[in-house]
Amino acid sequence: MRRALLLAPAWAWLLLFVAAPAGIVLAIALAEADPGLPPFRLALSGAGFATLLEDSYYLDALLRALRVAAMTALLSLSLAYPMAMGIARAAPRRRMLLLAALMLPFWTGFLLRVGAWIGLLRDEGWINGLLRGAGLIEAPLPLLYTEGAMLAGMVHAYLPFAVLPLFAALLRLDPTLAEAAADLGARPPTVFLTVTLPATAPAAVAAFLLVFIPAAGEYVIPELMGPPEAQLVGRVLWQEFFQNRDWPVAAALAVVLLVLLLAPIRLFQRLEAQP
Amino acid sequence: MRTGRFVRFALLAGFAFLWLPILLLVAYAFSADRIPFQWGGFSLRWFAALAANERLVEAALLSLRVAAGAATLAVLLGGAAGWVLVRFGPFRGRAAFGALIGAPLVLPEVVTGLSLLLLFVALEGLTGWPAGRGATTVLLAHATLGAAFVAVVVQARLAGSDRSLEEAAMDLGATPLVAFRTVTLPLVAPALAAGWLLAFTLSLDDVVIASFVSGPAGTTLPMALFSMLRLGLTPEVNALGAVVVLGVAAIFGLATLLLRPRGDGGPG
Repeated sequence: MRRALLLAPAWAWLLLFVAAPAGIVLAIALAEADPGLPPFRLALSGAGFATLLEDSYYLDALLRALRVAAMTALLSLSLAYPMAMGIARAAPRRRMLLLAALMLPFWTGFLLRVGAWIGLLRDEGWINGLLRGAGLIEAPLPLLYTEGAMLAGMVHAYLPFAVLPLFAALLRLDPTLAEAAADLGARPPTVFLTVTLPATAPAAVAAFLLVFIPAAGEYVIPELMGPPEAQLVGRVLWQEFFQNRDWPVAAALAVVLLVLLLAPIRLFQRLEAQP
Repeated sequence: MRTGRFVRFALLAGFAFLWLPILLLVAYAFSADRIPFQWGGFSLRWFAALAANERLVEAALLSLRVAAGAATLAVLLGGAAGWVLVRFGPFRGRAAFGALIGAPLVLPEVVTGLSLLLLFVALEGLTGWPAGRGATTVLLAHATLGAAFVAVVVQARLAGSDRSLEEAAMDLGATPLVAFRTVTLPLVAPALAAGWLLAFTLSLDDVVIASFVSGPAGTTLPMALFSMLRLGLTPEVNALGAVVVLGVAAIFGLATLLLRPRGDGGPG
């Protein structure tokens, strides 16, 4: 009785706000576009999916998003590994301080951090002002609205999430292993490649996925910092929905993005379930 | 293990990368210059401009209300779900239940936003509710997102605790309600508080889901900030950044002081 009292509202909420929306997206992805309001007519037409297949623009957007997400995750991982090592090896008091310094940017607001990057990289921004003041350049360097700016923004947003699983794994790792390897004459890069990396590989994969999965659908940073040609799937979905008002195509894109992410998501959940 | 020079350098570089943009954002909030991130002498004029920006202030107040409501709902729902998953043992549909509560954790924001908007549109067509979209629909969407995080935090806390404590209380004659209030609630309270804060922050920070499910009457602070950033940066963004960063730092410092372990050496 008590069980039902707790379970029933939770089930009701989840069915209404998680399961039903998924079903509706699928139904609209299969529907036909219609000039009415709402702009679709329920049918088993599959026209949305057909559009995705016909125009290479959509496939390109998906592939580009996966590539940018993979690059973001790899860059985050290569920065996160040494940072996690440094934090894990610090004395406990200092470690808490470093962890706080790692997580504090997360609490300061995603859009404000994007705003900060825009302020640094704009034509009239901090970096160009500095270079011009030093007489190094005459015309401002085009820094913002480039792929580099977009990647910097994305790594900045997701880096802390890559550090945390690595830090947890490194903390569990027996330090005597690496010391033994070093005592036997292995240089630091060798110790890392032969001892640390294999022992923390599952955490590294988890860290990669923790960045890759949300980055694959990212909309805000490509929109505000990326080049106009960086039409990633998140941006294209947004435009199809809000500007073109083609709901079936937007819903079909959501379905395809989700299907593509299913394997990474399952892998991530398997890694999380391990102790 | 000795910390090598490379690791030290990487740590420094990583933190510089994380913090330099934020510190500069805050520092230039105090510059009089009309162009953001250029120094024009010390001034507080952009804080005054921020306070006078009614659109932004209104959006901030709306965001705080939505975030508080969403976090509270998320704690109720996520707390119940986490409890059910750890303490109920196997029940019919447990796997599906776990997948549904956790789904918002792994779904891309654009997918969550689009699917919830389509739900609200369909619901309105079928039942007349919600009549239009705005703060309420954003609150419901954020509560669903936050509940996923609260459930994870609560599960972690409960899994690390011993249920024999509650059983002992009931063996000693406590009714289930008394056992819950005196044993279980104090046990999960830190997880609920942490979950509330997390859900609150996620709601305050979200622009994508809110943009999908909101309407003309429900412009949240991130939505207002997003359109500002799209049109071009103004020093008001610096001022807002300074207010947020200094506020968060103050809360963080206060929490650290208040929660400092008193010599009994808490976990790490």
